[in-house]
Amino acid sequence: MAYNFDWSVLWRQPYGMWLLQGLWVTIKIGFLAWIIALSLGIVIGTLRVTPWKFLRLFSSAYTELFRNIPFLVQLFFWYYAGPMLLGDRLGHYVNQIMGLNYYVAIFALGIYTASRVAEHMRAGFASIGKEQYQAVLSTGMTQFQMYRYVIIPYALRIILPPLTTEFLTIFKNSSIAMTIGVAELTFMSYRIDAETFHGLEATTGAMFIYLLLGLTVVRIMGFIESKFKIPGMIGR
Amino acid sequence: MFDAVIRNFGFLMGGFGVTLELTACALAGGITLGMIVGLGRISRNRWIYQPVTLYVNFIRNIPLILVIFWFYFVMPIIAGQPLNPFISAVISFIIFEATYFGEIFRAGYQSISVDLIHAAYSTGLTYTQTARYVLIPIAFRRMLPSLITQSIITFQDTSLAFVIGLQEFVRRASIVDNLEVRSIQLYGFVGIVFFIFCFIGSKISLHFEEKGRKTGVL
Repeated sequence: MAYNFDWSVLWRQPYGMWLLQGLWVTIKIGFLAWIIALSLGIVIGTLRVTPWKFLRLFSSAYTELFRNIPFLVQLFFWYYAGPMLLGDRLGHYVNQIMGLNYYVAIFALGIYTASRVAEHMRAGFASIGKEQYQAVLSTGMTQFQMYRYVIIPYALRIILPPLTTEFLTIFKNSSIAMTIGVAELTFMSYRIDAETFHGLEATTGAMFIYLLLGLTVVRIMGFIESKFKIPGMIGR
Repeated sequence: MFDAVIRNFGFLMGGFGVTLELTACALAGGITLGMIVGLGRISRNRWIYQPVTLYVNFIRNIPLILVIFWFYFVMPIIAGQPLNPFISAVISFIIFEATYFGEIFRAGYQSISVDLIHAAYSTGLTYTQTARYVLIPIAFRRMLPSLITQSIITFQDTSLAFVIGLQEFVRRASIVDNLEVRSIQLYGFVGIVFFIFCFIGSKISLHFEEKGRKTGVL
């Protein structure tokens, strides 16, 4: 079977535009899910080290649950079973929402990545010495103030490098949203194949777009890391 | 409550069998290639180091799903005929996971200090004996927790073979769901099965990590 390469599918209209639209959706999903992941992850990770046993148990159950089930299965569960869980009337209403798959993808990716952020938070807390906690408490701060003003900002700055990796992973994982029909980058390259039978060129192009996206994120995070690193603590 | 699961239990578990087969092939190939990739990453010859590093960094920046598609599209062109999706999926998993296993092996190889090799030599061991009785057992114990963790990730990753129509566990659940519309129990069941296996795996990994820390190899 002779194969005729046609690289023009990468810029020829409408295909070139499809890839750009796909990239834009990928970026939006990644950023919005990251906001959920970071805020929820910080809370869940902090609960893991609180003195209340019930909260610690909840936090470790959360991370174990989300880390031990493939993201694809989680996504299908939220998308197909989620509306059913809400009951007949509310579920019916939710199913009518335009672009439901897009919102479900953001939600699912956000709460999944939150479990990973929480694990990094825990490692960050563990690397802060016990005497630091005692020192903070001795200044008269309450538990809440201690976490809010000292420990959490401190831990976040320590775990910046693994968070960069997580931020990169969220864009890669967003590609799984194509399985529920979200028109992100991978979906678009597959769609080009369906129309032109030049999937090889389209996916190759998409690979390089992901690579560029990754390099850009590394650049931005490198800048943030250099601004917020604690001198002498994370050597790069 | 699990009526649709019970009715289609054989069909679903057949899919789980495919998932296990995929995992076994991906692990056998991925770990073998990973050992070589790890060696390439510590090579002093830049003609080996540079291409291997490029391969690792390239693949690690791309979503697995795209790698699966790419091989699915490229294999027929190389082979000249449409290829079995199972083989295509296995090849993509091996190429993808080998970069992750490769980094684990690299860290394992690099964790061996020169002092340790010198100490082994000074007791009169030959080069092969040093490798066989000292270096490999120590490096292996250090890498074991990460190898298990990455194997669990590979097991979860095989679910993505869904996208090229391979009838593994998740694909079969979705086939049953299309007919019976029992999404909660079907995807719930798939999630529970994955959870049990991965949870046990992660506890085994943790066990070896703690053991390694206690005996001082980590």
